[in-house]
Amino acid sequence: MSLDTTDSYVTEDGRTIGGVVMEMKNITLRFGGVVAIKDISFDIREGEIRAIIGPNGAGKSSMLNVISGFYHPQEGEVWFHGRKRPSMKPYQVAAQGIARTFQNIALFDGMSVLDNIMTGRLTMMKSNMLQQAIWFGRAEREENQHREQVEKVIDFLEIQAIRKTPVGRLPYGLKKRVELARALAAEPKLLLLDEPMAGMNVEEKEDMSRFILDVNDEFGTTIALIEHDMGVVMDLSDRVVVMDYGKKIGDGTPDEVRNNQDVIDAYLGVAHD
Amino acid sequence: MPDQLLYALEVTLNGLMAGVLYSLVALGFVLIFKASGIFNYAQGVMALFAALTLVGIQEGQVPFSHLINAIFGTEIHHFGWTVPAILAIMLTAAVMVVFAWAVERFVLKHLVNQPDIILFMATIGLAYFMEGVGDLMWGADIKKLDVGLPQGGSIWLEENTAWLGGDGFYGFFIDRLDIVATVVAAILVISLTLFSQYSKQGRALRAVADDHQAALSVGISLRFIWVLVWSIAGFVALVAGIMWGTKSGVQFSLSLIALKALPVLMLGGFTSIPGAIVGGLIIGVGEKLFEFFIGPMVGGATENWFAYVLALLFLVFRPQGLFGEKIIERV
Ligand SMILES: Nc1ncnc2c1ncn2[C@@H]1O[C@H](COP(=O)(O)OP(=O)(O)OP(=O)(O)O)[C@@H](O)[C@H]1O
Ligand SMILES: [Mg+2]
Repeated sequence: MSLDTTDSYVTEDGRTIGGVVMEMKNITLRFGGVVAIKDISFDIREGEIRAIIGPNGAGKSSMLNVISGFYHPQEGEVWFHGRKRPSMKPYQVAAQGIARTFQNIALFDGMSVLDNIMTGRLTMMKSNMLQQAIWFGRAEREENQHREQVEKVIDFLEIQAIRKTPVGRLPYGLKKRVELARALAAEPKLLLLDEPMAGMNVEEKEDMSRFILDVNDEFGTTIALIEHDMGVVMDLSDRVVVMDYGKKIGDGTPDEVRNNQDVIDAYLGVAHD
Repeated sequence: MPDQLLYALEVTLNGLMAGVLYSLVALGFVLIFKASGIFNYAQGVMALFAALTLVGIQEGQVPFSHLINAIFGTEIHHFGWTVPAILAIMLTAAVMVVFAWAVERFVLKHLVNQPDIILFMATIGLAYFMEGVGDLMWGADIKKLDVGLPQGGSIWLEENTAWLGGDGFYGFFIDRLDIVATVVAAILVISLTLFSQYSKQGRALRAVADDHQAALSVGISLRFIWVLVWSIAGFVALVAGIMWGTKSGVQFSLSLIALKALPVLMLGGFTSIPGAIVGGLIIGVGEKLFEFFIGPMVGGATENWFAYVLALLFLVFRPQGLFGEKIIERV
């Protein structure tokens, strides 16, 4: 077993970080001639906020897509909870308690905010078709339970006012928040966020940062996030992976990464050899 | 009331009833198109296949009997029993589910992420394949379908409406089968709506119809949804097949009702369920009224082309259909 059982530790702000839950081993992903990820290994520990950063086209989203089963690497292994994960479809990954958001928001535009968030609980709904067709007892009780949970998420993210609004009509910043709400509704163990603050103004970014910290703090959710805003990354994350041209060029605490010469070069655009 | 007006009213009523069948077939198209973006050319053949299978099961026909007899030199055609209509309908519905599963397993699964035109071609292939299989399984002769639905004009309606007009008016003539078809279609549509609004699978179905990527991320299996939606479309085809087959016998031309569904879709939009229903009714009424008023002036037979001309006009002036949202290209 390759579960890294390194002792858990307590962060400066008093959160407990546990052992490794997700480990990527020597992942290589190619699209035809393009090598999006080149032999990358890193791990994610329980309860931490793990950032993935890097210039445009570095392969960050691809890495998230590998974790969530949207892409399948040609080489390498994904280990989850100490077990090697077989090649999985996205819906199977979701069923394991891994929820995600997308860089280019993927919401159900035709549905209301509430219905969108409800879909986050689809995998948890038990009642079979017949029970639902008849719509008695169990199915209805279950529906109410899910509804309660969804209302909690709505309160948590402070979007009560737009509950009934069709998602297609919302401004960008709120869409991002609804997408987060849908992911949270699934009560995930691991939450993957692809640029949750891209395109937001300062105030919206502050809100989103606060929500991410609160999710991690209150529910103990492990979070892996991709972000371009360095300030945000340094504030939020416990550990950072830095990617450039599909390769890993840095991995460590924000301070370590900030002082890493390769990272500095990549961000200053020093010519590659 | 002047008799001319009463006749027009009767024509309208009959048009509505005919429209119900168009709506049903169009509904099958819309379901599959919404969920998977596939224009299912085989929808009409599915209705034919369902009706053939229903008759076959009901009459205890041995499937593939011609083939079996040719190979083994036997002379079997019937099991020697008949199956009650309701049981036969349920068995046929089960066959349509198996069919849906097979389509996903052997066709769609291998064409994931292919361009729409490839999928469309695949359904054309599917249509001809099914037509062949239908022939091979149940024989190519015209069959009579009778599941005990009432047929013939409603005498009650005629007698009770005769007083509306003068001596030459004998009351409204409406086929009882049409009335049944309307009621059944209404029940079907209502149940489908409830299913998609309130059930887990219905929600998943709407999610997939809205955004594949997002649907995947919340844990929906696309393959399951495709089997589900093809099963439902198969069931809708079965209902359409029963109605049409009862009316005009089960024969190859049944699959051509799919062609009538095309103009309905252009009117109603390819992704709107209310659109399919209203579109079907408009075409049904429109073509009957047009034939009634204009037909005599142009030598009749307008029903063959009226729907298409109407659809063309729609394409020019409202390409998104009655209920579709106007598409404005982002630039
Ligand atoms: N589905 C795909 N098909 C082909 N190439 C792809 C696909 N997805 C990603 N790529 C390629 O892989 C490389 C890495 O892309 P990726 O989206 O992972 O980068 P990124 O680090 O997320 O960039 P950004 O900051 O711009 O979001 C790019 O060269 C991209 O063109
Ligand atoms: Mg990206």
